[in-house]
Amino acid sequence: MSELPLVIEDLTVAYNRKPVIWDVAFQVEPGSLVGVIGPNGAGKSTLLKACMDLLPTASGRVRVFGEPYKVNRHRVGYVPQRESVDWDFPVSALDVVTMGLYREIGWLRPVRKKHTDAARAAMERVGIEELEGRQISQLSGGQQQRTFLARALVQDADLYFMDEPFAAVDAATEKAIVEILRGMKREGKTAIVIHHDLQTVHEYFDHVVLLNMRVVAHGPTEEVFTTENLQKTYGGRLTLLDQATEAMRRRDKGV
Amino acid sequence: MHSCIAVPASVSLFAQGDSWSRVLLLEDYNTRLVVIATTLLGLAAGVVGSFTLLRKRALLGDALSHATLPGIGLAFLLSPSLGLDGKSLPVLLIGAAISGSIGMAMILVIRNLTKLKEDTALGIVLSVFFGGGLALLGFAQQMPEGHAAGLESFIYGKTASIIAQDAWWILGAGTLSLGLLSVFYKELKLLCFDEGFALSRGYPTIGLDLMLMVTVVLVTIVGLQAVGLVLMIALLVIPAAAARFWTGNMLRMAILSAAIGGVSCMVGSILSALSPGLPSGAMIVLTSAAFFLVSMLIGHQRGVIVQAWRRWRTKRRIDRRHVLRGIYELLEIQPTSFVTDETSQAAAGKWVSAPALLSSRTWSSRRMFGEVQRLRNEGLLRSRDKELSLTASGLLEARRLTREHRLWELYLITHADVAAERVDRDAERIEDCLEPVMIDELETLLNEARGGSSVPVSPHGIELPVHEARTS
Repeated sequence: MSELPLVIEDLTVAYNRKPVIWDVAFQVEPGSLVGVIGPNGAGKSTLLKACMDLLPTASGRVRVFGEPYKVNRHRVGYVPQRESVDWDFPVSALDVVTMGLYREIGWLRPVRKKHTDAARAAMERVGIEELEGRQISQLSGGQQQRTFLARALVQDADLYFMDEPFAAVDAATEKAIVEILRGMKREGKTAIVIHHDLQTVHEYFDHVVLLNMRVVAHGPTEEVFTTENLQKTYGGRLTLLDQATEAMRRRDKGV
Repeated sequence: MHSCIAVPASVSLFAQGDSWSRVLLLEDYNTRLVVIATTLLGLAAGVVGSFTLLRKRALLGDALSHATLPGIGLAFLLSPSLGLDGKSLPVLLIGAAISGSIGMAMILVIRNLTKLKEDTALGIVLSVFFGGGLALLGFAQQMPEGHAAGLESFIYGKTASIIAQDAWWILGAGTLSLGLLSVFYKELKLLCFDEGFALSRGYPTIGLDLMLMVTVVLVTIVGLQAVGLVLMIALLVIPAAAARFWTGNMLRMAILSAAIGGVSCMVGSILSALSPGLPSGAMIVLTSAAFFLVSMLIGHQRGVIVQAWRRWRTKRRIDRRHVLRGIYELLEIQPTSFVTDETSQAAAGKWVSAPALLSSRTWSSRRMFGEVQRLRNEGLLRSRDKELSLTASGLLEARRLTREHRLWELYLITHADVAAERVDRDAERIEDCLEPVMIDELETLLNEARGGSSVPVSPHGIELPVHEARTS
């Protein structure tokens, strides 16, 4: 993997003439776990979506393994926000996970046994193998999140985009996701993860991108995730600053 | 099936007055043709409808069918000057398809270019096109050479006018739609469930949506004659919505929706054939509504009655546990209690006070005594004036439930980090959820204080007054 998984240059995305993110530029090294941190409305989801050509960009360039996204789409896995779909939809957990393989299966071809087996293996990796037949509305929030994760894992991609995988999940699911992320890192894979909980940033990510419509700072967590930078990212939001201070304290104590 | 349509078989073996049996046995060529044609339509519309319902575009079909009317009027008015027969069905239907597609495009344009929501765009297009169509039809009827009398049948549907050729059109359009939907089933499923993900995988979501709309156009156009443009939406929405009450599987839903649509059309058109005064479109809609009503009430996946029954059963199960465990815990705090000895049945037959049980938690006496009555019928407990006692089998069950409850509680306390997902599975028995090793570990933990009883002490401590101990 000589090419960098993700290089973003001068990316600007606008909705109705109002820029949501502007002049975003950073690059991601292979095998890194990158947390994208920033307040609500900072354009975190927009950034991920723009990387995958889901939104029209006003200017700038995104390169995935040295090529435009559509060339290397097969090397990218995507975990959308859990709330982005209707969980009342009449499919089973296994169906959802298998969806990650549809591209590989190809047009006009049915899902075959090897695909179902691969989907089952991915479900086992996230610890929901016994829920395969369950209609997705019968899953808990954490299980739904794991289903989405399994759908991305089944592709065996090299770069993963995850939109708030830790939002409103139980502790066991959070732990499972962190384990999966670390496993990915060991295999030299890369994950870009939108994250909200400032206290766990140090523990989970080796790189961070602090985003508030523009990139405030990016780089290795130890260097960049500082109170000063957080202040710049979050402005005067006191509660968040408290959290950040707490995070600093924990880091200093080596927790 | 095809030969049935083609071969005229109006052999009148039965007496003239025997019209009911003639209709029901499809003796009559025309009746048979109508029933077969509408049934095919119902099958196709049921499948197409289940996809549009899941794509949350159910009403798009309604706007589309209303938008066909100007096309019908224009086709009728313009075809003489193009050297075509203004009353030929293919010409009219092609006109309908063109204006329906324009209507659809208008909705997309309004939605994408302005900030208006889709339902607003639907409302505008539906009413304007329908109004325009009515004006054109009025104009057509005033033309001296025009015999436009048949055109209104497209509005309300008139199955009596169906001829063999129409049945072939329906069969062709239906087969084409079903073919498209089954060939692209996998991709459409992904599109309907998670458009963003489909897009990120590089699927042409707009193309897939357009293809879905093509199938809607196909079945709507051929359905205009049978049920009319006003009621066409019923065939696209009602069977699919009814099917959803019975299954949580998309493929089964589509098949069931086809069946409901087909049967509704069959029954509706037979009813209409029995009495010429009853319009077929209305009969078809009312029949499918009956299916919907039944499904809504008793559909076993999410029917209203089924859900109410499930809630009632859950409540009962909880009450049952509360009563049995409540009595058991009252027995435990009696001064000379043998209750915790595994083999002992000495506690069976011991009386506890019913008011004490009532005050042990917040429930109405009606609810508690209702459950007591049911348990008495099951032979698990006895009651006399303000006192209750467990039978031998009641004691066993109460002991089991109490043990289970306490193990779960302890599990939640000791394994709070992972417990949530396990408890979620809500199985009857703790053994179904936790590994034997874990249960052993929990039991050892609980028994340490007590010295080897099968029912571990409550982690809250039963020394407390019972109503305080029950705060969990």
